Amino acid sequence: MDPLLLWPDPPPNDLVRVLDLAGLPWVAVTDESGTRDLSYSAAVVAADEDPDGGFAMARALRRGDLQSAPVLLMIRGTALADLDGRHDLFDDFCVSPAHPAEFEARVRHLLAADIGGEHASEIIQYGTLVLNLETYQAVIDGQPLDLTYMEYELLKFLAASPGRVFTREILLSRVWGYEYYGGARTVDVHIRRLRAKLGEVHAGLIQTVRSVGYKFGEARWG
Amino acid sequence: MNLGDLPDATAEHHRDYVLRMVEERRVRLVRLWFTDVLGQLKSVAISPVELDAAFEEGVQFDGSAIDGFSRVQESDVLAFPDPNSFQLMAGDRSEDMTARIYCDIANLDGSPFEGDPRQVLRRNLREAAAAGYEFMCAPEVEYFYLASDDSSGAPQPLDHASYFDLTTFDETSDIRRRTIQRLETTGIPVEYAFHEDAPSQHEIDLRYTDALGMADNVMALRMIVREVAMASGVHATFMPKPMEGVQGSGMHTHLSLWQGDTNAFYDADAEYGLSAVARSFIAGVLRHAGEITAVTNQLVNSYKRLVAGFEAPVHISWARNDRSALIRVPVPKRNKEAQGTRIEYRSIDPACNPYLAFSVILAAGLRGIADGAELDPESAENSLTEAERRSGDSALLPNNLSAALDLMEDSELVRTALGEHIFEWFLRNKRAEWGAYRTHVSSFELERYLRAW
Repeated sequence: MDPLLLWPDPPPNDLVRVLDLAGLPWVAVTDESGTRDLSYSAAVVAADEDPDGGFAMARALRRGDLQSAPVLLMIRGTALADLDGRHDLFDDFCVSPAHPAEFEARVRHLLAADIGGEHASEIIQYGTLVLNLETYQAVIDGQPLDLTYMEYELLKFLAASPGRVFTREILLSRVWGYEYYGGARTVDVHIRRLRAKLGEVHAGLIQTVRSVGYKFGEARWG
Repeated sequence: MNLGDLPDATAEHHRDYVLRMVEERRVRLVRLWFTDVLGQLKSVAISPVELDAAFEEGVQFDGSAIDGFSRVQESDVLAFPDPNSFQLMAGDRSEDMTARIYCDIANLDGSPFEGDPRQVLRRNLREAAAAGYEFMCAPEVEYFYLASDDSSGAPQPLDHASYFDLTTFDETSDIRRRTIQRLETTGIPVEYAFHEDAPSQHEIDLRYTDALGMADNVMALRMIVREVAMASGVHATFMPKPMEGVQGSGMHTHLSLWQGDTNAFYDADAEYGLSAVARSFIAGVLRHAGEITAVTNQLVNSYKRLVAGFEAPVHISWARNDRSALIRVPVPKRNKEAQGTRIEYRSIDPACNPYLAFSVILAAGLRGIADGAELDPESAENSLTEAERRSGDSALLPNNLSAALDLMEDSELVRTALGEHIFEWFLRNKRAEWGAYRTHVSSFELERYLRAW
């Protein structure tokens, strides 16, 4: 059996103790580069000390080649609100400090559930817009959209939650991640480029919500 | 927004995405774009299977035939594609897709090549970043549509309309519309586009973005405008003053500095909302305006646009409402002051190398900030008589390329901003251009003197 991937390195002692007692092999990494050429069954991201780092790691795992390995996120109860808008980054979560039995049960559930392989939808569809998450292709009215990487990521994020209003700050932290230094006007620049590429007919799919942010989906009168 | 600013892992995702796109969309040819020192677009095409290696190792080529790339000893350089700038060629829906990607040019040891304008702008932007600023630009690009590119006679405009005219049955407004569509699908958002003052003159205003992305956009825009025109048998020109007696083409550029989400040019409590940073930036640009003009206005012809009476700046001043001022401070929309406070640099023309032009303007402004330069009061409209304007040479922009090169040659600021290699090459090349012009006997002279003397 492939080992579990643990982050950070060194991983929290209480988690290691549980895994060792359960006889589950594991390997810890400090960042995404450590996952290269590494085969693992599932990942446990302990985001309790450094939530931003944990989210960045979870995001990196999702984008990696081993996108199919499920992710368990460990998080403090006080940080639960941070999960909002990030549900695509993990398959299950556990509030830490976790009861050892609960942690083990969740890990085993994750491993068992993964036997089926697919755990996330690979297609996002809205009207005539289709995003294929596996091939990175975006198509509208049957015509492919020529998007850059960040434009694609932004559209994917918005299209996953139609009708929901996101502030620029939320978009910046969820799509670009905390590692990005630029300001929220980066979001405006990319939104404007996305609208340009969607073309006149579909530019309205991304609406500006005045003094709040942006929303994806048809206008009510559209 | 530049790849150089992204952590390695993110840069790798960009590369993976680009490689995936190339595969999924069956791209047959990848064009590697870069720019020579004079601002002409250059391209090397590679097969998509080479792209992965190009990201890792660069693509080696002989730079000696590229203007400004030649060096005495080693002429080979490496082109490294910037995955952030990858774009499928819009409008090409055929089976054989092509894509373009901008490159940074490096020496064989991997260090930035000093003759590459894009690397020069990157270096100046890094210096701005070290001082805590991000530099945003939004140019207004003017150009003419002409019946042909035949340069033997007077240029023939396609219409006789004027500013904001809505012309029906107007071929050029249709070409302009198709151009905008091409720009937008290429990810270059257009803010406004309209018929300008002179016959057959048009303007496209781009929506602001970071300076490097904008310099890339200006390069693409010049190509797209020409391509779309050519498809209709029309020639588009960015020559600064193609027709005597009417306005020339400028590239007024709106500029601002940002610190994270904060517009560093805005201060709610200051006069006109202009922060101390903005005031020193303006003062710095004005102080060095003469020195940087050879770069922002690099042609003999550029100086035929910079004359009084055609809405082009001639004297070195700033104002909020005087359109003959070199720097205008536009009044932002109400309640948009925090976003919209900016300055507009008005001498620059569309035949510049945007990487170098943005570099020297930025360097002059940053120098002003570093020195805490004091800004003189704004010039009131028509406050100076023509005689007063002439009285002090220092208050005027250089009135020909030769004078501009003299000022540039003595400028430590421009030398540092461009780097020794480009500085020396540019001066040599432009002195030669001026020399050729100086010995040319023009139709003006023949008409005036041949019979009279």
